[in-house]
Amino acid sequence: MTKFWNFCKRFYLAILLIFIYLPILMLMIFSFNSGKSMTKWSGFTFDWYQKLFTNPLILESIWVTLSIAILSSLIATIVGTLAAIGINDFKKWNRNLVINLTQIPMMNADIVTGISLLLLFIFVKIPRGYLTMLISHIVFNIPYVIFSVIPRLKGMDENLYEAALDMGATPGYAIRKVIIPQLMPGIISGFIMAFTMSFDDFVISFFSSQGVVSNLSIYIYSMAKVGINPEINALSTIMFLCVITLLIIINVRAERQAIRSGRRAKKAKRAR
Amino acid sequence: MNKKKTFALPYVVWMVIFTVVPLLLILFYAFVHRTDTGALVFTTEYIESALSGSSMSVLLLSLEYALITTVLCFLLAYPAALFLWQLKSRIGSIVNLLFMLPMWMNFLLRTYAWRALLDTSGPINRILQLLGFPAQQLLYTEGAVIFGLVYNFLPFMLLPIYTSFTKIDKSYIQAAEDLGANKRQTLIHIIFPLTKSGIITGITMVFMPAVTTFVISRLLGGSQTMMFGDLLENQFMLLKDWNTGSALAVVMMVLMLLSMALVRKSDDGVMPGGM
Amino acid sequence: MDKQRLVLLKNVCKEFDGVEVLSNINLYIRKNEFLTLLGPSGCGKTTLLRLLGGFETPTSGDILFDGKSIINTPPYKRQLNTVFQRYALFPHYNVFDNVAFGLKIKKLPKAEIRQKVQDKLKLVGLSDYENRTIDTLSGGQQQRVAIARALVNEPALLLLDEPLGALDLKFRKEMQLELKRMQKQLGITFVYVTHDQEEALSMSDTIAVMDNGRIQQIGTPVMIYNEPINSFVADFIGESNILYGIMKEDYVAHFSGRDFRCLDRGYNNNEPVVVVVRPEDIKLVPPTDNTINGVVTSIVFMGVHYEIRLKGDDGFEWLIQSIHSAEVGSRLGIHLDPDDIHIMDRSQYDTAEYLEIKQ
Repeated sequence: MTKFWNFCKRFYLAILLIFIYLPILMLMIFSFNSGKSMTKWSGFTFDWYQKLFTNPLILESIWVTLSIAILSSLIATIVGTLAAIGINDFKKWNRNLVINLTQIPMMNADIVTGISLLLLFIFVKIPRGYLTMLISHIVFNIPYVIFSVIPRLKGMDENLYEAALDMGATPGYAIRKVIIPQLMPGIISGFIMAFTMSFDDFVISFFSSQGVVSNLSIYIYSMAKVGINPEINALSTIMFLCVITLLIIINVRAERQAIRSGRRAKKAKRAR
Repeated sequence: MNKKKTFALPYVVWMVIFTVVPLLLILFYAFVHRTDTGALVFTTEYIESALSGSSMSVLLLSLEYALITTVLCFLLAYPAALFLWQLKSRIGSIVNLLFMLPMWMNFLLRTYAWRALLDTSGPINRILQLLGFPAQQLLYTEGAVIFGLVYNFLPFMLLPIYTSFTKIDKSYIQAAEDLGANKRQTLIHIIFPLTKSGIITGITMVFMPAVTTFVISRLLGGSQTMMFGDLLENQFMLLKDWNTGSALAVVMMVLMLLSMALVRKSDDGVMPGGM
Repeated sequence: MDKQRLVLLKNVCKEFDGVEVLSNINLYIRKNEFLTLLGPSGCGKTTLLRLLGGFETPTSGDILFDGKSIINTPPYKRQLNTVFQRYALFPHYNVFDNVAFGLKIKKLPKAEIRQKVQDKLKLVGLSDYENRTIDTLSGGQQQRVAIARALVNEPALLLLDEPLGALDLKFRKEMQLELKRMQKQLGITFVYVTHDQEEALSMSDTIAVMDNGRIQQIGTPVMIYNEPINSFVADFIGESNILYGIMKEDYVAHFSGRDFRCLDRGYNNNEPVVVVVRPEDIKLVPPTDNTINGVVTSIVFMGVHYEIRLKGDDGFEWLIQSIHSAEVGSRLGIHLDPDDIHIMDRSQYDTAEYLEIKQ
């Protein structure tokens, strides 16, 4: 009975995983299809991978996606980290106000954020394009950084900063050498979150750029109406493999770190 | 030290310009009418039209879809999270990662792939035909839209619930069993209440985004189904009617605030004993 | 200006959001002095220390260091260092880098930094711990690193904020002796904050007893213990019997329904006063007409002495420390010599309120 029950549980999880991975599998298989159809198999080919790297529209959209993701998450990380340090020092009332306002882009529907930014750009007559897309990405990225840095600040001994000043460090030096290293895990996870959000965003990019420049999402969306060409399948296969490799690397590193900190804990026990 | 506070200054200025002002602009466009002479007049006509029959029915339809999606996601995700938790913790976290992995793939691509899968000549219909059933029109139906929504939002329900599972101290379970609770009683009285916060996070992460999506319905539902997001997109991108569009956005924001208040309230309230 | 005075606080006041936490503090700290700020939590002692450290600025008043005002000097330019209550060691640095932090900022040559760090680690008895990370150290070891880190900068003044509060009793006693030894050896001025009166009495050259944002009394440990200026100090420094009385005339106090000879004078006749009697000064004798009599209600053996509570016929519950035991329920008398009785001004401190809280 328990054995059967255990099998059922695993079977259920397996079915769900198939459900989740089916479309990805589909994209990967048909990236090797010589025909353009996504439903009819007409033979094996590598052609689409070759064509992918000569299609200027796709390359352009990859460039836009990557450059915006990197720039926006970097800027958001810097501004957001400094903001978190400052906000943490605010008086209670001000802090709550700023934190609630910061939550708006996270809580609001993407479509509303996108529209509100579009209205602003129209209102102040900034021509829609790369710049407006970048600004919008920074807008929705900063909260992710702030909210992953603030818990680290809360968990930090507030005397650390004062101790650094006491030893003769200027405020700038104390922030760089003492506070930032303490916040690093939060800063990094904030950066990664911001990067993924930016990389995957469609709705806000779509509204804020009004389709003047295309990132990958916008390009795929415009293609989807008429039928996606198989080069995109090839691209998604490559992207998927990149994500998997990255995750494996991160996991292996985390494992090593866990082993190392385990050793350190043992040492600490001996010290006491 | 005053010095530290000033670090937040650039952000505060940025936030006022790019978060507060845009929201005020939406309110402005939704409530202010510019007459032919150029005078600005307060009006509720846009809000009224945003709540009128046709857009109201779209709103109700979107809410219905989102509700069905949320319920289905919960029914699928909760047992999955429970089973994941019951696996050895290492294997459980790896399988959980497998569930999360596709989130890093562009959702448009995955949704697009479903189009091929659901196509009349797609693999699913072929399997049906092999089994002796007639080909079904799967794409461009209500079912396809809900299916796509569930597919896209399932990980957002699973992740917070699974996280809340992993935070359960196993000694609670042992204590419950020690006190004579059987597996079912333990699940209902101990495990379920302890994962409540995860469920609530999951619901907020699924319901509102599902109401406001416009891509999934467009790709899988075609022109047959119009959701609130589609309406909003049309208003802005096609008709370029800022006023009515802003009014629709205001309706959406009010909806979001309402649902957030509702969630907060249920979070404070005492959970009834059963499910 | 007295050359001996390293620090001078003049009419220093500090408010937080309109609430006064320090009012009109006047205090000087002599060179090479071990000064303790003693008081209950919330009395303002830590705030006073933070003013000296430069982490807060006074609302009004001035702080002079070597004769020069430092209220506008940021912490990193002050010639003093702080040992924080929870040590505030930098978790991402090892022991050596923590201690070397201040020296690296001063850009001393590497060899010199190494030498100084090693000297100070030796001083605190942690010579072999240079490469250890902070999370592998025990509380006592972290404490020593924090002291070494502060001392390595050779400050003229060291501020210590309840540095021994987190240690257990045995370590605390050990560290008390060591801190005192270091202070003598290095010739550094210490300002030490604590709420532990025993610690204050055993380590300090001077004690400033604080309450309600004011310095209640300042003096040597012996002075403060023997001649508390008001009932708060008397009660805070050791437990005391505090009761109302009247000064009949010079050298005669009236309380508990009878007259006592005492050593105080200069009060108006029949002026209301507060009487303080130390528990260890009380001698228990068989009851007579010339003693305060009462019934023993409890006895607790404290190791060196017995702590006896006696319900007096005057209604007051007396606390007595005696090396002789007694029997619960027995009737005994209290004998007081003139120098056991400390007379205090009632108006000096809000005594009535204080007594009400106590009773």
